[in-house]
Amino acid sequence: MANVPGDLKYTEEHEWARVQGNVVVVGVTDHAQTSLGDVVYVELPKAGTKVSKGDAVGTIESVKAVSELFSPVSGTVVKVNDALTESPEDVNDEPYGDGWLLEIELSDPKQVDGLLDAAAYTELLKNA
Amino acid sequence: MARQTPLNEAHRKLGARMVDFAGWDMPVQYSGIIDEHEAVRTAVGLFDVSHMGEVEFTGPGALETVNALISNDLARIADGQAVYAGLLDERGTFVDDVVAYRFSPERILICVNSSNREKDFAWMKAHAQGVAPVDRSDDYAQIAVQGPKAAGLVQRLTKTDVSKIGTYRFAEGEVAGVPSIISRTGYTGEDGFELYCAAKDAVALWDALLTEGQQDGVKPCGLGARDSLRTEMKYALYGNDIDDQHTALEAGLGWIVKLDKATFIGKEALVAQKAAGVKRKLVGFELTGNGIPRHGYAILKDGARVGEVTSGTKGPSVNKAIGIGYVPAELAAEGSTFDVDIRGRAVPAVVVKTPFYKKP
Repeated sequence: MANVPGDLKYTEEHEWARVQGNVVVVGVTDHAQTSLGDVVYVELPKAGTKVSKGDAVGTIESVKAVSELFSPVSGTVVKVNDALTESPEDVNDEPYGDGWLLEIELSDPKQVDGLLDAAAYTELLKNA
Repeated sequence: MARQTPLNEAHRKLGARMVDFAGWDMPVQYSGIIDEHEAVRTAVGLFDVSHMGEVEFTGPGALETVNALISNDLARIADGQAVYAGLLDERGTFVDDVVAYRFSPERILICVNSSNREKDFAWMKAHAQGVAPVDRSDDYAQIAVQGPKAAGLVQRLTKTDVSKIGTYRFAEGEVAGVPSIISRTGYTGEDGFELYCAAKDAVALWDALLTEGQQDGVKPCGLGARDSLRTEMKYALYGNDIDDQHTALEAGLGWIVKLDKATFIGKEALVAQKAAGVKRKLVGFELTGNGIPRHGYAILKDGARVGEVTSGTKGPSVNKAIGIGYVPAELAAEGSTFDVDIRGRAVPAVVVKTPFYKKP
């Protein structure tokens, strides 16, 4: 069973968001990294990029396939995980830790209320 | 309902992730593509390739009949040898790529791709002059044992002296008590065998190889690793790198086309193409910018589309983004540069010597 930490928010696209004031850290869930298989390349937007919720903002590639990364919120990218260029496998090994993808400063902090909590995401996985 | 090999249940017990491949329910990975890939490069891996098809020609004139169907020449090899060959149409493009086994001039077995089984058999039936083909696909299972430790593993399970079986040679014997064709062939760039056995014996053979191979670090491997391993060797995959739109010469497979052979389907077209010059070629390239090339991406020169990527991945052993694709002949030389259109971004690439992977 996939690991779903209780203190995070989630999306139906199998991404997670850690809310820290008006900034959210974004990554993909344990379930997502398992489905993707070995991640070998991650393409992320540049810091400063304005993004809207649902935008395709990057790609995560495994040996076999390309998957799109969708922004879970609207705002401005303030930081990206450059270490993934050298060690994309962090997405598999620590999807909630060193495998984080980007930080987005929220255009409106209330947006996080629209994300799933751990219980709702766990339910979604059950029905997947 | 997807078709299943005799090993379907065994894959599920091993926790494989199953996918639909050309109508077959097949394992794409067990422990992970990179882990399995490394096992084959450094130890030994097992692949279920029972979905491949087998077509047999038996009787006087079998060799001559098959020789008129395939591009390579069974008359130049001895009994107990196999050849890689094209099953070509009149245009010199591929119906399929196959391996033909010469048991004797009166018994030839052809191994064909799973995705082309029915098409190939119908093609052979329609074009065979002399001996009629028999579809043996459902009778045979096939397990590939690949890697530097493959020979040791297979040897411990058979009385046949496998050191006497050279590359692209085969013998009939028993492996783990299972009557098998022991063929020193493969699709990984490593030493190893493809073992053909009766479908009913497949589970016994698979289990024996897994158990005996524990000391070698054997791993069951899925289609994912099979693809990354073959891509690092620039071995063609039908439907990606070769198809009925590109000739054997364009695919760089002139070495499996024996134009001095009396006759075979596609010969005239290829003789003409060789005389006129081959205008586009299948090359191997590395990206010099960021990204991974994938099947279907456009190849650009000065912004204009000049070709197409047929296969690409991040090669686990070469640790580079590598690709295979068709380009105009003037861009085919080693060191030639072009761009690959990766989702709207032109990423520079350079043609390199292949295979991409060389044994250290």
